[in-house]
Amino acid sequence: MRDQRLWTWHVGAGLVILVFLGLHMAIMHVDAILGVFNRPGSEAIDWANVVTRARSAFFMVTYVVLLGMALFHGLYGLRNILFELNPGDGLKKGLSVLLTVVGVGLFGLGTWAAWASFGLARTL
Amino acid sequence: MLQNKGRPNRLGVAGWLGGGSWGVERYLYTLHRVTGLGLLAYFLMHIGVTTSRAFGPETWERAMGAVSGPLFKVGEYLVFLAFAFHAVNGVRLALVELGIGIGKPIEPVYPYRTSVDVQRPLAIGVMILAAVIAALGGVQFLESFR
Repeated sequence: MRDQRLWTWHVGAGLVILVFLGLHMAIMHVDAILGVFNRPGSEAIDWANVVTRARSAFFMVTYVVLLGMALFHGLYGLRNILFELNPGDGLKKGLSVLLTVVGVGLFGLGTWAAWASFGLARTL
Repeated sequence: MLQNKGRPNRLGVAGWLGGGSWGVERYLYTLHRVTGLGLLAYFLMHIGVTTSRAFGPETWERAMGAVSGPLFKVGEYLVFLAFAFHAVNGVRLALVELGIGIGKPIEPVYPYRTSVDVQRPLAIGVMILAAVIAALGGVQFLESFR
């Protein structure tokens, strides 16, 4: 039952990532064609464009949601692949704990970065 | 390909490359996993690099300068390709898991259509969509080399 629930979250997270990462990819890598997300003649990674996105509450919230969904989707997928190698019960438990700690840690780091950037951008 | 003729599976990791009479969809699933691992590895580094924006413009410019070489740009496009494939193939896998696009079970009276006949056009359509997305992303990447 637990695995079924986690798999449902895995697929659901994938669909959320499809929307938010699709938007992120459009902003970062397709804007040369679209021309709507960044200043004309500039790149998405230019500091001015980074500040524009950082001071937006929409981008801060969607970055955090995307971060959480992508970390869960990726690390759970990695866990599934590793578990197919049929490790022992102790190693399975250890892997689950390790991946959870890594995921939560990186989520904390990324959320702090999004919040700190939001605050910094608002002062500029 | 090695066929399992009742003997114990001793293919080991080599079995990941081809464990029997695999169809196109099985190789797409394998590529889905490979691109997923690549995207995960890139994502973990990406979190670290983009955290630099929280420390101000100098730190950000230094981080971007470190990842702006031609090799990094090619690697970034490979990540985009992996995203294009993984995303659209993931949608296909989700649809197939929900039973959409694989046809209804019918009595196996020859000549009959199998689920492969039904889901193969879905797989082909998904690959065409991935190629279109890859081409759209390729325009900006080519411009970045000018």
